Amino acid sequence: MSDIQIIWPIAFHLVAAVVLIGFWRRVDVQRYVSVVANIIAVGIAVWLFGKVWSNGVLVMQSGSWGAPFGITFVADTFSATMVLLTAISALAVSIFSAVSISKERMRYGYFSILHFLVMGLNGAFLTGDIFNMYVWFELIIISSFVLMTLGGERPQIEGAINYVTMNLLASVIFLTAIAILYGMVGTLNMADLSMKLAEEQNRGLVNATAILFFVGFGIKSAVFPLYFWLPSSYHTPPSAIAAIFGGLLTKVGVYALLRVFSLMFIPDEFMTNMLMAIAALTMFTGGVGALVQSNIRKMFSYLIICHIGFMIAGLGMYTELALLGAVFYLIHDIIIKTNLFLVSGVILKIKGTVDMKRLGGLYDEYPKISLLIAVILFSLVGIPPLSGFWPKLFLIQAGFDTRAFVLVAFVVVASFLTLFVIARMWSEVFWKKGSGTQEMDRPFTYFNELKPIKQAVFLAPLVLLAAVSLYIGFGAERIMQVALVIAHDLKDTSYYLQAVLGATHSNTPMP
Amino acid sequence: MKSLILRTAANYLLPLLLLFSVFILLRGHYLPGGGFVGGLVASIAFVLHAFANGTESTQKFLAYHPGNMIPVGLGISVLAGLFPMLLGEPFMTGLWFKDPLPVIGMVGTALFFDIGVFLVVIGVTLTIIFTIAETTK
Repeated sequence: MSDIQIIWPIAFHLVAAVVLIGFWRRVDVQRYVSVVANIIAVGIAVWLFGKVWSNGVLVMQSGSWGAPFGITFVADTFSATMVLLTAISALAVSIFSAVSISKERMRYGYFSILHFLVMGLNGAFLTGDIFNMYVWFELIIISSFVLMTLGGERPQIEGAINYVTMNLLASVIFLTAIAILYGMVGTLNMADLSMKLAEEQNRGLVNATAILFFVGFGIKSAVFPLYFWLPSSYHTPPSAIAAIFGGLLTKVGVYALLRVFSLMFIPDEFMTNMLMAIAALTMFTGGVGALVQSNIRKMFSYLIICHIGFMIAGLGMYTELALLGAVFYLIHDIIIKTNLFLVSGVILKIKGTVDMKRLGGLYDEYPKISLLIAVILFSLVGIPPLSGFWPKLFLIQAGFDTRAFVLVAFVVVASFLTLFVIARMWSEVFWKKGSGTQEMDRPFTYFNELKPIKQAVFLAPLVLLAAVSLYIGFGAERIMQVALVIAHDLKDTSYYLQAVLGATHSNTPMP
Repeated sequence: MKSLILRTAANYLLPLLLLFSVFILLRGHYLPGGGFVGGLVASIAFVLHAFANGTESTQKFLAYHPGNMIPVGLGISVLAGLFPMLLGEPFMTGLWFKDPLPVIGMVGTALFFDIGVFLVVIGVTLTIIFTIAETTK
C-alpha cells in the first residue's frame, strides 16, 4: 500500500534540527524546542505504528521514482516498532539532556545534532534500499562522532578515536559488500535483491557477501570479537549521550542484521552455526567483562555486549520462535539500556563518581530513588514477570526445539552473570555503608543542591522508561503479539516483497 | 597580505565570481555544476576578499555572520523536499513549471533544493575559514 506520509518520522526530525540551528545562541529556547519536538515525534511514531498495525506494510517511493529504481521507504511492523521505541528513548534522553548537559555543550549545537542522530536512526529503520541504509548509517556515525567529542575532554577524544575508527572500518566493509551485490545482480532495492539473490547461481559469492555484511554490521552492533571499541568509548561522553548510544546505536546494527539475513541472505547451516557460536562467545565475554569492572558505566557497556549476544542467538537459531525471542529482546533492550545509562547519570549527579569502590549508602540517603532504580535493574536481569524474563524464556524454548543445548547453556550462564553483576552493584552502591560525596576538580552541582523542580525533571525520564519497561513486562502478551507478527514477517517475506514491488507496477506510473 | 595588486584584483573579482557562482548554480540541473560547486565558488570569492582586505572587513561587508546562512539554506532545501507532499506527491518529487522562464530556464523544486545547498555550502565554508582565521590570530 502506497503512503506518502511515512516520511514524517524522518522529515520531522530534520525540520526540528533546522529550527534548532536557527536558535543557535539561545540555549534556553533550544531545550524546550527539543523536548516539544520529541513529544510530537512520539505522537507521529504512535500514529505510524497504529496505521501499520491496521493496514499492513506501507510503502513510499521517494521522488515518485518507482521501485526498484528509486529509493523506497518501507514501514512494516518491524520498522514501525523500532521507530516508536526510538521516539520514546529520544524523548527520555532529550528531557534528561535539558537538565544534565552543560551550557557549553548546548552552545555548540548539542540538541540539533541529537535530532540529526534520531533522524538517521529513523531513516535506517524505514528505508527499503540497501545503499540508502548505508547513507543513514553514515549520518548516524557523523552525528554520534560529534556528540561523543562535544566538550573536547581528553578521555572523550581518546574514546572517540577508537569509536570512529572501528565504525568507519565497518562502513567500508558494508560499502564493499553493497558494491559486490550491485556488481552481481545490478540492483540495490532490498525487495528486488531478495528476489534476484534467490535466483543467483554463484552461491559462493553470495555467501561471501553475506559474511561481509555480517562483519560490517557485527562491528557496529559490537559482537565478539570486534566489540572492543564499545567499552573503551561509551563511558567517556556525558550520561545522556551514552544513553542514546547504548540504547540505540548497537541495536540499529542488530536491526540491520535481522533485516538483511531474513530478506536477502537466508542463513544456511554453516551460517547459523557460525551465528550461534559467535552469539555464545559474545554473551560469555560480555558477561565476564562486566564482572571485572568497577566503573558502573564500563560495566553497563559490557552488559550491552553480553545482551547483543541474546539477539544474535535468536537470529542464529532462525526459527520463528527464536526470532520472536530476538525481536522481543530487542524491544526490551532498547528501553532498558537507555535507562541504565540514565541511572548512571543520576548516580553521578548524586555522588560525583561512578566508581563502585567509592560509592555506597545510596539506599540510606535516597530510598525512593533506590527503589526506582531497583525496578529498572530487576527488569534488566529479568526477574519474572518483568520485561527481561520473557524473551529469554522464548530463546531457551527455541533452543530446546532446535536442540541447540550448548547455546541454551550459554544463555543461562549469561543470565546468571548479569544477575551476579547487578547484585554486586546493588550491594556496593546501595547497601554498603555510605562514603559521602566525592569532591570534583571542576564546578559541579550535586543532586541535593538542585531545586525540587529540577530534581523532578532529572528523574522523570527514568520513571517514563521504567513505566515502559513495566508495561513490556506485565503487558507481555501484547508485546508478544507484535513480536510474533514481526517474526512471522521475517520468516515469510512474501508480503513485504509484494508491498514494495507489487505496488509499483500497479499504482505509481513510471516518470 | 598587503598587496595593492591583489586588493584591486579582489575587488573586481568579487562581483565577477559571485555572478559566475550563480551561473554555475543555474546550469547545474543537466550539465556539470549545481548548488555545491556554485556555493564553493561563491565562498572562494569571499575568501579572496578576506585575503586581500583582512577578515574583519569581509565580515563587516557581509553584515550577518555566515553561520546564519546554514539554517536558512537547510530550511529552503527541506521545504523544497516537503512541498510536493502538499499536492499529494511523495517526498522530494520534482515538480516543474510548464514553460521555461527567461534567462533562468526551467524552474522546479529541484532548483530550490539546490539554492538551499548553495547557501549551506557558503555558510559552512565561511564559518570554518573565519573561525580558523580568528583562532590563529
